[in-house]
Amino acid sequence: MNDKVTKKFLFFFPKCECEKPIIYHLVKDYNLIVNVFRAKVTPNEEGYLVLDITGTQEDIDKALEFVRTFKVAISTTTKGLNWNKEKCTHCGACLTQCPTNALRITNPKTREISFDESKCIECLACITACPFGACDSVF
Amino acid sequence: MKTYEEINKKIESGKAVVLTAEEVLDYVNKKGLESAAKEIDVVTTATFGPMCSSGCFINFGHSKPRIRISEAWIEDVPVYAGIAAVDVYLGATQLRYNDPANMEYPGLFKYGGGHVIEDLVGGKSLQLFALSYGTDDYPLKELRTWFTINDLNQAIMVNPRNCYQNYNVAVNASDKRIYTYMGILEPNMGNANYSSAGRLSPLLNDPLYETIGIGTSVWLAGAHGHVYAEGTQHTGDVPRNKLDIPTSGAGTLALTADMKKMNPKFVRGVSLRGYGVSLALGIAIPIPILNPTVLKRTCISDRDILAPVVDYSSDYPNNTGKILAHVTYEELRNGTITIKGKRIPVGSMSSYAMALEAAHLLADEIRRKDFLLSKPIAMLPKSNKLNSLKIKRRT
Repeated sequence: MNDKVTKKFLFFFPKCECEKPIIYHLVKDYNLIVNVFRAKVTPNEEGYLVLDITGTQEDIDKALEFVRTFKVAISTTTKGLNWNKEKCTHCGACLTQCPTNALRITNPKTREISFDESKCIECLACITACPFGACDSVF
Repeated sequence: MKTYEEINKKIESGKAVVLTAEEVLDYVNKKGLESAAKEIDVVTTATFGPMCSSGCFINFGHSKPRIRISEAWIEDVPVYAGIAAVDVYLGATQLRYNDPANMEYPGLFKYGGGHVIEDLVGGKSLQLFALSYGTDDYPLKELRTWFTINDLNQAIMVNPRNCYQNYNVAVNASDKRIYTYMGILEPNMGNANYSSAGRLSPLLNDPLYETIGIGTSVWLAGAHGHVYAEGTQHTGDVPRNKLDIPTSGAGTLALTADMKKMNPKFVRGVSLRGYGVSLALGIAIPIPILNPTVLKRTCISDRDILAPVVDYSSDYPNNTGKILAHVTYEELRNGTITIKGKRIPVGSMSSYAMALEAAHLLADEIRRKDFLLSKPIAMLPKSNKLNSLKIKRRT
């Protein structure tokens, strides 16, 4: 029960919740280790935050409950970076640009590109490198 | 040993033995060259990658009243109108009107000629804006309308240069990142990019142009087309290895096919950061196994093919002709090459997965009796040299 786990989340902060120090409370009150990959406040004063949270499952659950009280939308499935399989032609222009090998060739025979979301740190280098627009950011 | 007519008869009877260029080596190793040459009728080769010298002729049909188009734009991408009244040529690398290009370096080049061609083949509704100076017989001076490929009389792809026999491996020896048609190249040879289907590539499986010639039937993005000429910049007079495989660019093909019959999956607009737009195409070409020599040519592996490594920060732009090293496609596909003692990670601009799919699709069509081979009406030149452009005073 006290084993620590790491989970990736995308938080969407509606306009009214951008100025509150929510991450501070995650660390201070819920004993969590927070690793922020990417954060952005839009001109509409909405905020996006992609982060890893490490802690016991119990602490993470309590923390998420706390976060939800601020009307923050929490997603574990939507990632900040999307790889569109239909647009990908498996050319390999991204291979040397992706620093974590989240985009890689898994089967050397077919040479198809695959995307491992858990390895993606959302550096967005693939968006610049892809000639076919297969990678894009939700914010 | 076999003629084109005999192979076509076997295809029509549904008994043709067809293998892809990937499958043929193992088959020949198992059966022996002589008996495999008797059995195998066709080997399919293929490639998929950006091919800048591509484009299409379009005929819109005549409007009421008539217009003799002198300038025109499709989705704001300019097309060439210096031909008959409602004919235009749309080129793959044409930028959209008002594209800032590299004024905001490195430019995004989100949409251009290649993307219009992709959208046309994809059946999308596109905007035509056309101007004219007006004549007695063609009075209309301005026209704006929307059309799809089905509204056109003809949409014929006519590509002056496709299927480069071999290609450079690009690196960047400078201390700044550069943006090229070979992708993003990191400083101090931080990465390398190649662009070829290697052992699957058409002209690497027919290195001396013994079966692929003018008139050869090809699978151009799913449509049945032809080689209509040698490709621009074609040269047969290049260094070759002991299997006669060129160790640099060499041969090219000029291809044509009906765009109305193309598969949109193999016609893809390309945006190259800091460079421009282009069009990636999937092309498959059948090689008739006329005799054991032709078959042996198709039995290449990636370790037999050498590609030149070129510095795209200085030697390529200055056209010095300098080659840093040669590497094999086996090394390239393994993901790292070593140049001057430095291990360099490798990416690519061409898609082996899509090329393989094209080779299989063509093989299936031949097996289903849907695709016949054609004997060339003329062969490609084997000994012509390339000229370079001399910048000089008027003489």
